[in-house]
Amino acid sequence: MKYTVNEKGYYGEFGGAWIPEMMYTNIEELKTRYLGIIESEEFRNEFDKLMKDYVGRPSPLYYAGRLSEHYGSNIYLKREDLNHTGSHKLNNTIGQILLAQKLGKTRIIAETGAGQHGVATATVCALKGIKCVVYMGALDVSRQAPNVKKMKMLGAEVVPVHSGNKTLKDATNEAMRDWINNPEDTHYIIGSVVGPHPYPDMVARFQSVISKEMKSQLLEQTGSELPTRVLACVGGGSNAAGAFYHFLDDEQVELIGVEAAGKGVDTNETAATLTVGSPGVLHSARTMLMQTEDGQIIEPYSISAGLDYPGIGPLHAHLHKTGRAKFLAATDEEVLQSVLLLTQKEGIIPALESAHALAALDKIKMNPDDVNVVNLSGSGNKDMETYLNYFGY
Amino acid sequence: MNNRINQLFESKKENIFSVYFTAGFPRLGDTVKIIQELEKNGVDLIEIGMPFSDPTADGPTIQRSSEVALKNGMSLKLLFEQLKDIRQSVNIPLILMGYLNPVYQYGMEAFCQKCAEVGIDGTILPDLPLDEFDAEYRKYYEAANLHNVLLITPQTSEKRIRQIDEASAGLIYMVSSSSTTGAGKKVEDFHQDYFERVQNMNLKNPRLIGFGISDQPTFVNACKYAQGAIIGSAFVTAIKDSVNLEKDIATFVKSIDPGR
Repeated sequence: MKYTVNEKGYYGEFGGAWIPEMMYTNIEELKTRYLGIIESEEFRNEFDKLMKDYVGRPSPLYYAGRLSEHYGSNIYLKREDLNHTGSHKLNNTIGQILLAQKLGKTRIIAETGAGQHGVATATVCALKGIKCVVYMGALDVSRQAPNVKKMKMLGAEVVPVHSGNKTLKDATNEAMRDWINNPEDTHYIIGSVVGPHPYPDMVARFQSVISKEMKSQLLEQTGSELPTRVLACVGGGSNAAGAFYHFLDDEQVELIGVEAAGKGVDTNETAATLTVGSPGVLHSARTMLMQTEDGQIIEPYSISAGLDYPGIGPLHAHLHKTGRAKFLAATDEEVLQSVLLLTQKEGIIPALESAHALAALDKIKMNPDDVNVVNLSGSGNKDMETYLNYFGY
Repeated sequence: MNNRINQLFESKKENIFSVYFTAGFPRLGDTVKIIQELEKNGVDLIEIGMPFSDPTADGPTIQRSSEVALKNGMSLKLLFEQLKDIRQSVNIPLILMGYLNPVYQYGMEAFCQKCAEVGIDGTILPDLPLDEFDAEYRKYYEAANLHNVLLITPQTSEKRIRQIDEASAGLIYMVSSSSTTGAGKKVEDFHQDYFERVQNMNLKNPRLIGFGISDQPTFVNACKYAQGAIIGSAFVTAIKDSVNLEKDIATFVKSIDPGR
């Protein structure tokens, strides 16, 4: 495959493992063992069984009739919002908790922004009876209170992070510090296709179940396993990586990633890394970053706590650079209108993150016979307060 | 070979006292003064911290000093500007310590040339791993007679330590325990067996022990197992509210090693 990672952990010029020596032993262990473990039959069986009986997969591929009529083209929704815990995040945490067990780790750490990855991590730790510590920016702790309570109820310790902007980037810094301080018993479950090799590849493989299912569902529903295009939102990029994965080498399938423009890519309040960023090294990967001329990281902004990350997975930086995928950006305002549209056309309230992918439908040209698949990565339950305040119900 | 790091370790074999501080902290203009006062009080080697917005290998103290330094307006460009005449007044080896991204944006080749120009002897960039350094950057370092100082930790395998020793030409930075900087682990928490194991490996490079060295007992203990030790967070804390650097730096150095 042309777009998979090479043996040194690179997608083209992006990726690698730019780790301090304190993380070397753990990353080296992961690097040498992850493929052997996750490709073993025993692991596959355990993973597939949990995907089916615990997560509730396959998630439906739903033909959105009234939305299709609205856009004059065929819109399918991949319903990751219907997974247990309400998003695609569980696909990855199930994979990583099984891996951590095989590595003999007895303590799990994770970072979280909106809390979806934190909840998905706390969930699998409860499932397996493993100690769990979740780092979360103090600002996110206060604006995502229900998820914080959920994690605690699931038995996780939630540590508010007070450094920097008190959001996802800072939570990631703190989780890395924890791993440096606890190198022997701990596995770090990174929630997206970011961080040092092999994380971007490992997480993409766990999430690739999304596009694998899409192919067989499309074949059944449309007679061809290839759609015209696939759309997904991108923060770090895990749901997009999963939705694109099995189409990467089918070059006729158009891949569209949608970043968070925040208040606009021409303002200081944005999280559209590929639009405003430049190459650099953060969180142990060389990728596109929002940064100053002096190489200091710029704090991102988006209404969606799951997309306000100043970097992006190296796979997406590569897809952007090579032109294999096209990346657009949607503003807070556009996203909220898309939330309302889907809610009232289809009776589905999407997560703020996922609505970025929906908002792109207004930005692209679609023919009547096109097959457009939107990855609906998460449910809007966690965002109800934002919606109620904004729409005034 | 006229690198000052090599000269230091040739002339002095033990109790090497090295201090880290963050450039631009507590005040933007303190950089040169701090270096001069440290040398005047008998410190052997200085690590000048280049502040970064996301210092993942550092504990709260250096996170905080970095944040303040950046707020004060510190940048790599300004730091080189501040250091341009440093070799007119300071003779001890100087090392720049920080994270890769600001250096990457400055341009590695330009950075190395600038280091040579102002008289910097080495760098410590924890998130620049050995294989990436060898592949892309070693040539610039060698052209500038600049040492890239690599770290080892209690988890580093013997094979890897040998590899790092082979790749180093100045010194090895021995991280005392599995931790971020200033983690406050006590002397008794130190991996005595790790110290002894490395000491018995007869490495070609001298070693300095850092992370968690904060007072006289930890300094003395570390010096038993290496040519010397590095103090960072404790020094940053000692000068954080300083209005009289001359006095506070003299007091701090004496508190670690009364013989200086």
